[in-house]
Amino acid sequence: MNTDLETDMKMEKATNDEPTLNGGEQVTGADALLRSLIEEGVDTIFGYPGGAIMPVYDKLLDYEDKLKHILTRHEQGAAHAAQAYAMVSGKPGICFATSGPGATNLITGIANAYLDSVPMVFITAQVVSTLIGTDAFQETDILGVSMPVTKWNCQVKKAQDIPDIIAKAFYIATTGRPGPVLIDITKDAQNEKLSFKYKRCTYLRSYNPHIPLHTKAIESAAIMINHAERPLILAGHGVLISGAEKELREFAEKTGIPVAVTLLGISSFPSGHRLYAGFLGMHGNYGPNLLTNEADLIIAIGMRFDDRVTGNLKKYARQARIIHIEIDEAEINKNVQVDLEIHNDAKEVLSHLIPLVGKKTYESWVREFRICDKTEFDKVIKSETKPDSGDIKMGEVINLVSELTGGDAVIVTDVGQNQMAAARYFRFTNPNSLVTSGGMGTMGFGLPASIGAKIGNPGRQVVAFIGDGGFQMTIQELGTILHYRIPVKIIILNNGYLGMVRQWQDMFFKKRYASTELVNPDFVTIAAGYKIPGIKVLERVELKKSLIELLKSDGPFLLDIKIDKEGNVLPMIEPGASVSEVTLNYKS
Amino acid sequence: MKQEFTISLFSEDHIGILNQITIILTRRQINIESITASESAVKGVQLLTLVVKTTPDMVRKVAKQMEKLVDVLKVFVHSSDEIIYQEIALYKVTTKGLMSGNVIDHIVRSYHARILEVSPEYIIIEKTGHKSEITELLTQLEPYGVLQFVRSGRVAITKQVKELNSYLKEMDEANRFKPEEIEAYNKN
Repeated sequence: MNTDLETDMKMEKATNDEPTLNGGEQVTGADALLRSLIEEGVDTIFGYPGGAIMPVYDKLLDYEDKLKHILTRHEQGAAHAAQAYAMVSGKPGICFATSGPGATNLITGIANAYLDSVPMVFITAQVVSTLIGTDAFQETDILGVSMPVTKWNCQVKKAQDIPDIIAKAFYIATTGRPGPVLIDITKDAQNEKLSFKYKRCTYLRSYNPHIPLHTKAIESAAIMINHAERPLILAGHGVLISGAEKELREFAEKTGIPVAVTLLGISSFPSGHRLYAGFLGMHGNYGPNLLTNEADLIIAIGMRFDDRVTGNLKKYARQARIIHIEIDEAEINKNVQVDLEIHNDAKEVLSHLIPLVGKKTYESWVREFRICDKTEFDKVIKSETKPDSGDIKMGEVINLVSELTGGDAVIVTDVGQNQMAAARYFRFTNPNSLVTSGGMGTMGFGLPASIGAKIGNPGRQVVAFIGDGGFQMTIQELGTILHYRIPVKIIILNNGYLGMVRQWQDMFFKKRYASTELVNPDFVTIAAGYKIPGIKVLERVELKKSLIELLKSDGPFLLDIKIDKEGNVLPMIEPGASVSEVTLNYKS
Repeated sequence: MKQEFTISLFSEDHIGILNQITIILTRRQINIESITASESAVKGVQLLTLVVKTTPDMVRKVAKQMEKLVDVLKVFVHSSDEIIYQEIALYKVTTKGLMSGNVIDHIVRSYHARILEVSPEYIIIEKTGHKSEITELLTQLEPYGVLQFVRSGRVAITKQVKELNSYLKEMDEANRFKPEEIEAYNKN
């Protein structure tokens, strides 16, 4: 500790010589917070003000040139927008909220980011420290409430602690397996003065994100890979997080091993590639699910064997040996017992593994995937994407958008049938192009996330596919789009039902449609109220023309597309079934 | 098969650690049989000793989840034969009953118990040992009128020689490697 103090003092002295932003000058806690954020490279904040956080918002006016604040219409919207911002920009998402209800409104967004490993720093205000514990106005124990859904959280009651805690928060959120952290700052700490100096955090005794490379395990993996006959790569979100798309592609191309992706792993491998096996899971593609139980070696990279991917664990890949490359040790052997664990970062492992593996091709094995693709196309995809008659299908809309954008757009989805259709039918060509709520499955994610995605990457087209149910869960964010003229393209896939729940009622509850049919407002009229142009699409003949108009428009645009009311997403692995029992045809 | 495990968890001395630990156990429906918290031999490092009954597979999973917590330094899991452990119990027995039975000498000797205080109303006896011995003594004392009985959680010490200090040193070193150093280290 003494040495730290000494270096601190030296640093202070050094910075005193040349007066800079962090020259140890007297500032308020609120000022220190904003300066700390600037030091960490933050330029965009999503948030919503309130009583306890007013000193921070007051100071924001002094930093308007460096910190852009996006005022959403609900704290949940701010959390989702900041998460999407982080997912497309690679920078941590920053979110402000006041104490009490402001803080609790964030919880769904925090939990969502936690399950999907997105680096985020949430700043909540807290009542004056002397009032904590007294059930004061707008007081909530947000540390207690957020504890199970944050990677780390902390309360600051003294202004002098702010710079160090913020530094620690950024270090924890962005390293190792990323995740959300929450810092709760009391109102008195925001007003108190401190001598500001900033030092980025690079080390914590109890937290070790830099795991020395397990070279022996990598050598063993190479031997297993070189001797495999029917190997399969399962690529997850970890590939995108560690920025290993290039390495994954090189590894797959050298070894000739087909690549299947998880929902959040989508866009980590180009979907037009000859080795692309498809999307795994309950509503994934036929081939990768079925053939998981035919592979003799599974190489899982940056994925966590979620139950939506594995189906019935007792019948999951029993014949295969499994190599698990994963940065979070707690995920290894959690759901699936593996034969070889490599507890390291995906990019690091792959770049060391590539020179050790032999060049190979698996023609007959890869052909099996193509045969499955053909079966799936004949039985499901053809009628879903190119129907001759009847109502418009979800797959058809997504397929058209994929064609019209050439697969180059950031696709944002809500949750449910719209999400599965988008994941299945959009042909992704670039990494970090799907923003969706994976682990948590949060309806209402789509609209605010599209805002964050556009702000995080303004150069790319952002298209949001949202169901009529989820759209109404966070519909207030149309106000944010109006306020900042955010040119997001909103496509409502409107079937008048909570589609996925209705599908389950259809399949497993004898078609008893309990509370799933919706009475909807006129979404185009609502959009007009927010000065967002829109078109209602009822017939197939209008579809392509409307989509072109949407994509060509300069500003925000909304399409309300009437979709086949009782369409089901197929294939499907029914709950409790094995991946090899994936069904292609369901007749009610 | 469920069996008894002792989890020794070393953490930074921060507020809320216990809460984070219990959240992990609660999610997995594991009951805490006993718990002891104190400062460890290393200054600023807290030691939590938990006793849980669960399967070996489950205890391994929850231990990893505990170690994943940012403020947790190291988690050790031991089955009962890998550790030396003790609990302490205090018994408040009526003086009248105990004296009339004329057994006090016998009890103190055969159970390695200690008398802490004697008053006209009660005698306080202290006993350290395993849970079963403590319970046995309670049964012995009951006929003489036990006014109050308390027992502590478990404290445990491992049979292995390696100490936390060396783990801390190792972790420090692992952390201080920069990526390029790790690369160089691996090349050699």
